Amino acid sequence: MSDPVFRAQGLTKTYRMGEAEVHALRGVDLEIRAGEFIVLLGPSGSGKSTLLNILGGLDTPTTGKVQFLEHDLSAADEAALTRYRREHVGFVFQFYNLIPSLTARENVALVTDIAVSPMPPHEALGWVGLGERLDHFPSQLSGGEQQRVAIARAVAKRPDVLLCDEPTGALDYETGKLVLEVIAKINLELGTTAMVITHNAAISGMADRVLRLGDGRIVGEEKPPRKLTAAEISW
Amino acid sequence: MRSLDRKLLRDLWSLKTQVVSIALVIACGIGGFIGSLSTYGSLVWSRAHYYDTARFAHVFATAKRAPGSLTEKIRALPGVAEVETRVVRDAQLSIPGVVPPMIARLIGLDFARPPGMNRLTLKSGRWPAPGARHEVVVNQRFLEARSLELGTQLHVLLNGKLERLALVGTVLSPEYIYATRGGGMPDDEWFAVLWTDARALAAAFNMEGAFNSVLLRLQRGASTPATVEALDALLEPYGGFGAVGREDQVSDKILTQEISQQKVFGTVLPAIFLAVAAFILNVVLHRQVNAQRGEIAALKALGYEDRAIAWHYLKFASAIVLLGVAIGVWLGHWMGNAMTGLYTDFFQFPEFHYRLEPWLVLSGAGAALLAAFGGALAAIRGVVRLRAAEALRAPAPAHFRPLLLERLGYARALTPAQRMIMRNLERKPLRAAITVAGIAGSVAILIAGTFWKDAIDWFMDVQFNQVQRAQVNVGFAEPVPREALWALARLPGVKQAEVARAIPVQLRAGHRSYRTALGGVEDGAELQRILGADQRQAHPAPGGVLLTTRLAERLGVAPGDTVFAELLEGKRVKAPLRVTGTVREMAGMNAWMRLDDLNRLAREGPVASSAGLLVDRASEGVLLERLKQMPAAAVVIVNRTLVDTFRETSAKNVLFFTAILSAFAATIAVGVVYNSARIQLAERAWELASLRVLGFTRGEVSVLLLGELALEIALAIPLGFAAGYGLAALLLALMPHEMIEFPLIIAPRTYLYAGAVAAAAGVVSALIVRDRIDNLDMVGVLKTRE
Repeated sequence: MSDPVFRAQGLTKTYRMGEAEVHALRGVDLEIRAGEFIVLLGPSGSGKSTLLNILGGLDTPTTGKVQFLEHDLSAADEAALTRYRREHVGFVFQFYNLIPSLTARENVALVTDIAVSPMPPHEALGWVGLGERLDHFPSQLSGGEQQRVAIARAVAKRPDVLLCDEPTGALDYETGKLVLEVIAKINLELGTTAMVITHNAAISGMADRVLRLGDGRIVGEEKPPRKLTAAEISW
Repeated sequence: MRSLDRKLLRDLWSLKTQVVSIALVIACGIGGFIGSLSTYGSLVWSRAHYYDTARFAHVFATAKRAPGSLTEKIRALPGVAEVETRVVRDAQLSIPGVVPPMIARLIGLDFARPPGMNRLTLKSGRWPAPGARHEVVVNQRFLEARSLELGTQLHVLLNGKLERLALVGTVLSPEYIYATRGGGMPDDEWFAVLWTDARALAAAFNMEGAFNSVLLRLQRGASTPATVEALDALLEPYGGFGAVGREDQVSDKILTQEISQQKVFGTVLPAIFLAVAAFILNVVLHRQVNAQRGEIAALKALGYEDRAIAWHYLKFASAIVLLGVAIGVWLGHWMGNAMTGLYTDFFQFPEFHYRLEPWLVLSGAGAALLAAFGGALAAIRGVVRLRAAEALRAPAPAHFRPLLLERLGYARALTPAQRMIMRNLERKPLRAAITVAGIAGSVAILIAGTFWKDAIDWFMDVQFNQVQRAQVNVGFAEPVPREALWALARLPGVKQAEVARAIPVQLRAGHRSYRTALGGVEDGAELQRILGADQRQAHPAPGGVLLTTRLAERLGVAPGDTVFAELLEGKRVKAPLRVTGTVREMAGMNAWMRLDDLNRLAREGPVASSAGLLVDRASEGVLLERLKQMPAAAVVIVNRTLVDTFRETSAKNVLFFTAILSAFAATIAVGVVYNSARIQLAERAWELASLRVLGFTRGEVSVLLLGELALEIALAIPLGFAAGYGLAALLLALMPHEMIEFPLIIAPRTYLYAGAVAAAAGVVSALIVRDRIDNLDMVGVLKTRE
């Protein structure tokens, strides 16, 4: 087994939302190895997104320590986190977060403009099966297509980790499966460590490892007996 | 092109109406700045250029009659480079067909030899033939004002003898850019300047071998005051009236005052335009940045640095500003050209020169960019500082609370819609305040730009209905016994007559001095009254002098102090005078005494030098004909004609300014209101669409959004009135006001007009936005996240 890419100990996160104080994480310990396909399962408010954001360098923990390879993310400042995201992380969000005023190709170019050795935008879009829709604006694409553009944007920089927050949450069944297929393919063929948040338990069949979160803690961990393809799962 | 830049272009394009409306506000600021200051620069330059090429004199002096032999002594004075002496006399002028008499200033000139200074520019016709006794050239403006043709015969009363002079040409003179008989108002219709053969003029007035006017050009670095003093000493035995430097020459003085007003307009108003533009830019960028919260989060997640994101939005601001600057420079150039043209016409400079200095463009653009960056940075800092994860989340639900009105227990007083409007206003008071301030600013600019007409009307009313109440003023060539009054009072149509005395005087107090006239008025004078700005009548106390407040300030004296008077006429008495009071007169820098006191001071008998007549309008024509035939009455001024001339010239300028300012103010008002409405719409589209889904009509939904705007406009208008009043006061304080101090009078119609422009801008903006509300995409809006 390869070395861990992520190592987290005693992560907690508390933040204010309006007038309410939210304890999103209450002590998480975790190790993730290179090339793993991890599925994070859990109900709303269990801390999945917070954990993913901390691992992705979008946020820092209130207490505890988190390391990516030799980088200490918990002690990093904003500039270091930005550099970390730029060099190592690809994000996919539930609502795609595409820039509406840019075409598919340009949205991907947004990343290739600043990455060190990216793949050309059309190649990234080819990977997700959108080689024919390069010059369409987000408003001209279906939800699944938009999500695939987001994935292409995430992988174009050849990231070490691909972090996906509910990538199929806003998609219908067929489209969702298509998107999962792309993520699995990237994990398999590019060796990118993938981490997918979902509350769709069926997806866990595709994982190397499934982590269950509840109330800000990891409450369970399992390894599916056989890793399924996207085509083999259903919900 | 980098993707981020492409996003910039697309964002700009999708917000084009807002972008253009803000750019126009900036353009107004820069246009006003560049237009006014380039006009100022061009006029200063044109004047300097004209004075140079026409060799305008540095020192001017008049005397009663000085021998020609004095010329060499003057030339020998230290600092004097060139001397010219001439004969200048005022005389009554009449033109067949024009009833009221006019005044001609006759200036002797040797047409065979071009003068060394105050050179004339021939505008039309020809020069009089050298030695031709009956040919004259006249100042171009008189010909235009009177619509005369070349060849017209002018009848001039030369030393009691009527002469016919043929008009052969028109000229421009640097000495009479403003042709006026010494008052503050140009008087082109009733005052002509005629240049005629020097020898003929001298002969007519028994001035052969003598002169009564001196012009000097000084050596470089020579001191004007020292030369003036030395020249005064030389001329004193010959009835010198006191020499003046160029800055006290009447035409130059008025010209300088007009030009410096331009500078005030060019700095104060544009500064306000720029401030308002910065306000709007700030609000729009706030909204733009907030609306792109998700996009900014995505950019951050993708690894874009804060600096890169901030720079992206600064470029957005810069693009708007640069568009505004481009339009503004064009607008300023156009306005400057037009205004310089208007003034070149007005001042009759022989050549038109418009110059737009690069520093003006650079400083205008720099100020706009700075203002914009200031506004934009504040907005950007807020979002960029957010943690990426935080920016990804929808902002926490806005915090609302019951209105003050509701907390006080009047909850039922408002409908739900009104409550929503009021709560929105209460929740974002700063933004509402900025919108209100922007609209109020445009109202204020409008008032400060257009109240001049009210002030001038008021001034004219007071000056000609309450101060100088005589309709006809008669000036005598020499002082006459006061009994002459009885002769005047018996003339046809004269209802009331009063005499007065005026003696040119140099007043000194310590090292300060001022040249003016010492006016003597009868105790119960009703036709010439001394009125303060508060409309209260003042009277000179027995044995003392009453000074216009401005004059007292200039001399640094207060009631109880003493000024030293040096009369420049008659026995040229020098005596100390006690200041017994000051009066805040609107026009002039006057010194008043009781008529008896003045006669005693001048060691003369009971004489007068002018008379004011209250006249029956119907017999005015007959009276004026009779006055023309009285040789002693050298000068007759009909007040009504003065008022007409003044109204005409001021109306043209005021109209131009009003039109431009109205356009500017409307642009600002639309810019503020429209942008505010668009921002509201974008932020509340979800809420408004939800209401539509719930069954609200388009009208009801519009009320929610536009009601807030209506409330803001309603608040802004009275605030704008107050700000306009303050701004008008500021402008008045900054204006040069040695000769005339305009009162701060703003007529109700000016407030009404300014308020109406703001309200109209609101309606136009509302109509544009209403169209968008009507087309709210209910389904689409509800599908987007949060």
